[in-house]
Amino acid sequence: MTDPILQIAGLNAYYKDFQALYSLEMHLMQGEVLAIIGANGAGKTTLMRAISGLMANGADQVRYRGQPIGALRADQVAMLGIAVVPEGRQLFPSLSVEENLLIGGRMGRKGPWSLNSVFDLFPILKECRAVPSTSLSGGQQQMVAIGRALMSNPDLILFDEISLGLAPVIIKSIYDALPVIVSEGMSAMIVEQDISKALSVSDRAYCLQEGRVSLESTSADVSRAAISQAYFGIA
Amino acid sequence: MDWVNAIVQGTLLGGLYALFAAGLSLIFGVMRLVNIAHGDLIVLAAYLGLTVVMATGLHPLLALVFVVPTMATIGYILQRGILNFTLGDDLLPPLLVTFGLSVIIQNGLLEMYSADPQKMNAGALETASFAMGSLSLGVLPVLTFAIAVVVIAGLQWMFYHTAIGRAFRAVSDNQDIAQLMGLNKRHIFGLAMALALGVTAIAGILLGIRTSFDPSVGGGRLIFGFEAVIIGGLGNLWGTLAGGVILGVAQTIGAKIDPGWQILAGHIAFLIVLAVRPQGLFPRVSG
Repeated sequence: MTDPILQIAGLNAYYKDFQALYSLEMHLMQGEVLAIIGANGAGKTTLMRAISGLMANGADQVRYRGQPIGALRADQVAMLGIAVVPEGRQLFPSLSVEENLLIGGRMGRKGPWSLNSVFDLFPILKECRAVPSTSLSGGQQQMVAIGRALMSNPDLILFDEISLGLAPVIIKSIYDALPVIVSEGMSAMIVEQDISKALSVSDRAYCLQEGRVSLESTSADVSRAAISQAYFGIA
Repeated sequence: MDWVNAIVQGTLLGGLYALFAAGLSLIFGVMRLVNIAHGDLIVLAAYLGLTVVMATGLHPLLALVFVVPTMATIGYILQRGILNFTLGDDLLPPLLVTFGLSVIIQNGLLEMYSADPQKMNAGALETASFAMGSLSLGVLPVLTFAIAVVVIAGLQWMFYHTAIGRAFRAVSDNQDIAQLMGLNKRHIFGLAMALALGVTAIAGILLGIRTSFDPSVGGGRLIFGFEAVIIGGLGNLWGTLAGGVILGVAQTIGAKIDPGWQILAGHIAFLIVLAVRPQGLFPRVSG
């Protein structure tokens, strides 16, 4: 528990001339669940893209188990055991539900997750395993996206806005599944606009504001006032 | 009866066009690359076959054992070495680069093999025929059509029932998210081009047995391939076979009316489909 599984140091990220992240400092311990909160445009999704390798950074700006991964391609990062549940689900439309899950498991990493254990977690998916992934409801698609990430048996899983656009009852059932997922010792980073949901499932939280960390706290201790200060930048 | 004959012969010719088109369709489907050099790559495969036949004395169809892996290797190297760098949001760079490639291949072949028309000798296979009712069918055209059906069925099976097919479809759907699944898109694109040029090798050899060829005929094969793909509908391999058949039938019927109308009739059929149903007859049902 001493060394962080993920260490972010001095991370800058740019879209052309626009700077989205300013020398970000962040760490995530083994087995920890981290919440990243912040308003639209605070840099949350950029942070996900930077960690997952969809954006290239300086090699040392992102370290995973001590190894510099900032400059690796997304497929190389995935091979190391970092999985992403992307914002907006982003299932493969020409693949069936089962094929979406299988492609998540194609790297053949060892671990507890398989087609059967994903079906145990989300039984509804077993019934519609053969249908095109886009014919499912939003909540079911989110389950497929989570299952697809789990299928690679990652050591670190990134959830990007998993409650976005879903009905509250669906959000609840998805968040109810989270403790099961992380009970296997998996580390997780949850990017979320729903602050109370994010805090309720996480150990620690960072708040981002305009590309900078505006708050770092254990999730249990943080006060509402501190959050609104960090979230909006007003006292 | 002559008309029935024209339709049957046109259908069989369509098999060859479908083989021209299958590689194009596959490359466009997986990586949205329009390969202007495709016709010249078919001709390159024919010349490779000719070289193997002359060097070893093998039957042209047996030369496939060498030509298919060679073309596949060329495809992988071409994709990883050049074409991957042209892919992006802009459609123009791959068009320009493959156009340049087309010029290079044509002139390279001209330099090495001269402009003299060449032909591969397949012996008795070329003239063998059998009677079916009152029709007389050439063994070679029937074999070509059968190969086209087998190749397209094989590609279809591969796309929908294997892990590599799943990877092709995933990368085609969403390159970024496919990368997150640990798929290196550059490698997947290389494999897709290797597969496409493997099919192109088959098309090239069959072309070289059927007719004479010279370094300049690639452009015409490219047009036939394109037309078959568009008529059938992008991203549907069985549609591509149907497109090839429609093109072949249109050409033989045109030739039946007047021998000078063969090519024109094919283009007219293509233009009619493009005007009436621009998405093709059997477009891929996408979600």
